[in-house]
Amino acid sequence: MFKRNKTEKGIESLLFVSAAVAVLTLFLLCVFLFRDGILLFKDYPLSSFLTERNWYPTSVNPRFGLLPLFLGSVIVTVGALMFAVPLGIASAIYISELASPKAAGILKPFTEILAGIPSVVFGFFGLVVLVPLIQDALDLRTGQTALTGSIMLGIMALPTIISISEDAISSVPRAIKEGSLALGSTKWQTIHKVTVPAALSGISAGVMLGIGRAIGETMTLMMVTGNTAIIPGFPSGLFEPVRTMPATIALEMGEVPQGSDHFYALFAIGSVLFIITFVINIIADHIKNRYKFKL
Amino acid sequence: MFPNAKTNQKIAFTLLGMAMGLVVLFILIILYYVIYNGYSVISLEFLTSMPAKRMTAGGIYPALIGTIYLIIGSMAFALPMGILAAIYLNEYAKPGKTTWVIEMAISNLAGTPSVVFGLFGLAMFVKYIGFGPSILAASLTLALLILPVIIRASQEALITVPREYREASLALGVTKWQTIRRVVLPAAIPGMVTGAILSVGRVAGETAPILLTGAAYFLPRLPESAFSQFMALPYHLFVLATSGTNIAQTRPIQYGTALVLLMIVLGVNFFAIAIRNHYRKKMHR
Repeated sequence: MFKRNKTEKGIESLLFVSAAVAVLTLFLLCVFLFRDGILLFKDYPLSSFLTERNWYPTSVNPRFGLLPLFLGSVIVTVGALMFAVPLGIASAIYISELASPKAAGILKPFTEILAGIPSVVFGFFGLVVLVPLIQDALDLRTGQTALTGSIMLGIMALPTIISISEDAISSVPRAIKEGSLALGSTKWQTIHKVTVPAALSGISAGVMLGIGRAIGETMTLMMVTGNTAIIPGFPSGLFEPVRTMPATIALEMGEVPQGSDHFYALFAIGSVLFIITFVINIIADHIKNRYKFKL
Repeated sequence: MFPNAKTNQKIAFTLLGMAMGLVVLFILIILYYVIYNGYSVISLEFLTSMPAKRMTAGGIYPALIGTIYLIIGSMAFALPMGILAAIYLNEYAKPGKTTWVIEMAISNLAGTPSVVFGLFGLAMFVKYIGFGPSILAASLTLALLILPVIIRASQEALITVPREYREASLALGVTKWQTIRRVVLPAAIPGMVTGAILSVGRVAGETAPILLTGAAYFLPRLPESAFSQFMALPYHLFVLATSGTNIAQTRPIQYGTALVLLMIVLGVNFFAIAIRNHYRKKMHR
């Protein structure tokens, strides 16, 4: 009996260690990311990193301004959300409230296909199909614009928004929907006055996670946005090339000497990116837990 | 009921249907485009021959092999680790601070951008531990990237095992671990396998992390060891489509590579769904 207990304890410890690997990974990720990121500020002031308007990493007097890259990410992400959010929520409502169970059973996995397509395939599609299309349709110098990136990114954010919103809408208790219907409301009135407001917290969590996915997207945007590091105007910047934070890391890491300021600057960008997605995740988690439906 | 409300409903439902239709249309266009342009390129020769004439001709053999190595390497680490972690969280962990910290770490890792994992892999595995740009460094980086996916899928599989199974076994005087091994795990395995298979698709498609940890632009040979650099399908597609000198000339190879990638990912998805359905039927019998 004693020996058996010992084995049981041993196994529990082993399992605990495996679970703790996630914590250890997150911890090491922070350490390694921030350690190299902070090294930039030995030679280059943090205030300049945050306020400088130019990203000239290779000039004689290098300038590592985060702003053009940060705003580049922002404009592409905002553009993507403007159509992905309404489209995603509408599709989620359709799947959970209007489609027959059989149709929903097909539509759900079908939209999840989108989540599985590799980002480099999206980028390739954007490059050979959407870029020339945008260039011709809008008569631009180049089709590699923030708008092109927004469209591709919006499509990529759809499955996240749809599946989480759909879960939220489906989990609204039937009783309150039936209550509304019994009062003589139409099905649509029930959906937009009762069901969707009740599911709003879950839907916003889905949107937050969609933003998180969009802001970290690398390959697709690198292939379709032209990668020019200038502060984009709004909305005129939508029709010009733009460069995002992740694209900068992926583009330049291959060419920088390790241990140079430029190298550390890319880690500083990575740190900023990590902090942004970390905060977004926390907010999404918080919304989901705090406003969970209680009945 | 007012006629107005009825009209509103009709308009709203039409719009919702159109939105859904648009999403489906997006998917169909992308799939159709890649499949239509790629299928004539793919042949056994395309899959098993080396790139030739500075990558403007020949096949994708080294990239395909590289991707398979990455899948094996990352799964070998992430699969056991993820399943053990899920067992702990589901069967042993008690609600409290420790569990909260673990759960929080998992959801944050799941939301961390892949390029950040790439930087981490570069700083830790390539530089600090000293693996250099290699299959090993890239596999470990990808393993950490998919770890949260595998943990979550395994947790979901464990949750669906009815409590009665565990209680019946425990009531017979069987220890907790034996119960888990003999009763809970066999029932949860189909769900776990599904989750694992889906993350294979993720490993096959990720580009940014391997770009920073050892993927090579072009190598005329297969990797010799775990410490060699390697070619991989997604990076190969990226290179051909953006930075080759003959982008127009290599277009067919690009379509072919994109389709092979897509087939791996979709094939893996269908396989996972088939397994799930198969076991569902079995369970119901």
